[in-house]
Amino acid sequence: MACAGSLLLLSACGAPQSALNPRGPASSEIALLWWVLFWISVAVTVVVFGSLGWALFRPRHAPDATRTESPRLFLVLGVAIPSIILIGTFGLNMRTILATATPGSPPAVDLQIVGRQWWWEVRYVQPGPSFTTANELHIPVGQPVHLELLAPDVIHSFWVPELQKKTDMIPGQTNSTWIQADEPGDYRGQCAEYCGEQHGHMAFHVVAQPPDQFQAWLAAQQKPAAQPGPDQSRGVQVFSSAGCIGCHAIRYGSGAVGGGIGPDLTHLASRSTIAAGELANNRGNLGGWIVNSQAIKPGNYMPPIPISGDDLQALLDYLESLK
Amino acid sequence: MKAPLPYCVLLTASCLVLASCGAQPAFAIANASPERGKQTIESYGCGSCHVIPGVTGARGMAGPPLISWSRRGIIAGHLPNTPDNLVAWIVDPPKYSPGTAMPKLGVSEAEARDIAAYLYTLR
Repeated sequence: MACAGSLLLLSACGAPQSALNPRGPASSEIALLWWVLFWISVAVTVVVFGSLGWALFRPRHAPDATRTESPRLFLVLGVAIPSIILIGTFGLNMRTILATATPGSPPAVDLQIVGRQWWWEVRYVQPGPSFTTANELHIPVGQPVHLELLAPDVIHSFWVPELQKKTDMIPGQTNSTWIQADEPGDYRGQCAEYCGEQHGHMAFHVVAQPPDQFQAWLAAQQKPAAQPGPDQSRGVQVFSSAGCIGCHAIRYGSGAVGGGIGPDLTHLASRSTIAAGELANNRGNLGGWIVNSQAIKPGNYMPPIPISGDDLQALLDYLESLK
Repeated sequence: MKAPLPYCVLLTASCLVLASCGAQPAFAIANASPERGKQTIESYGCGSCHVIPGVTGARGMAGPPLISWSRRGIIAGHLPNTPDNLVAWIVDPPKYSPGTAMPKLGVSEAEARDIAAYLYTLR
């Protein structure tokens, strides 16, 4: 009953972010290993509890003629079989580590992911020209993408359970991994190493697109921000006067304006979420986040912004124009 | 010891009064659904500015908390809290309060009626 119940639970893992719902080559290998270990554990549990039950409930009234003094049974059951299982699973583990270490073909897309308290900086390095975005990676379906993982503050861990193996991001060390999705989709990932107060709200999305759509997205992101029109001029002023510019960059022409601390906002309106996957990217959430992000993600590094109603409306108009 | 009769009558009466205080909204809004309103509130991100009981993640502190909305007297500091005013306010806040920080989110009148229906369930 319990076993059937657990199996039902496991098979219900079609939900987002389940490693048992693999959509890429590396995660498929990991899921296979997981199921092999699971069924071995089930078999061992059945044998152990079966033997225990037999020992407890076997008939005892007759003289015990079947009892054996030979240690052979115990050697076989207690030493040989466990050794075979342990060596076998060790071999399988090694095989999985090797199979997930490098992609099948050399990656054509090269990214740097910087884990920060508590969001993800995403730098597209190759193919150039390079640019920076946040909390949302786009990748071409069926092609491996190389990821260089950095952490300037504390240890984070990059994990998209449906696509790739968990890889730590360690200050002072550059780790690398790769990611590949075999089906188009929006895959959620999150920080998998406790990194402080808002660790639980440090998510991101990996959007796997057919190659032509990916190229179109890449070309749009590589462009600088659209020159603000007359409708955005007050918003541009507020972006400076309210201090946004001190932390957030917006790329115009050849160089970026401001930034260095928070997410790059050049194409903010093209992203599906804000605040590292915490909120849908719409006018309501953006406004509440700007005015008082501390109520939404207490302890995050963005201070509440003292701003008048009209200035907020103008700033929202400007930010929403950054497509 | 037996309770005197008048007390029993009083007690029963109080129970009846209490039982009549069910989850009926303060104002009924025709063709509006509080359940749909709750989903609409979630999709527009109202909760990033307002604490709204019963809405997931609605812990914002940019605007006033909407706790006990049905018992509030005034909307936006100057409009009487009636369904018509509430719906009109949600659809276009700057029209009724120039200078307000509450943005016009593109909420349709039908959606605003659903949202209002939900808010009036908050006692």
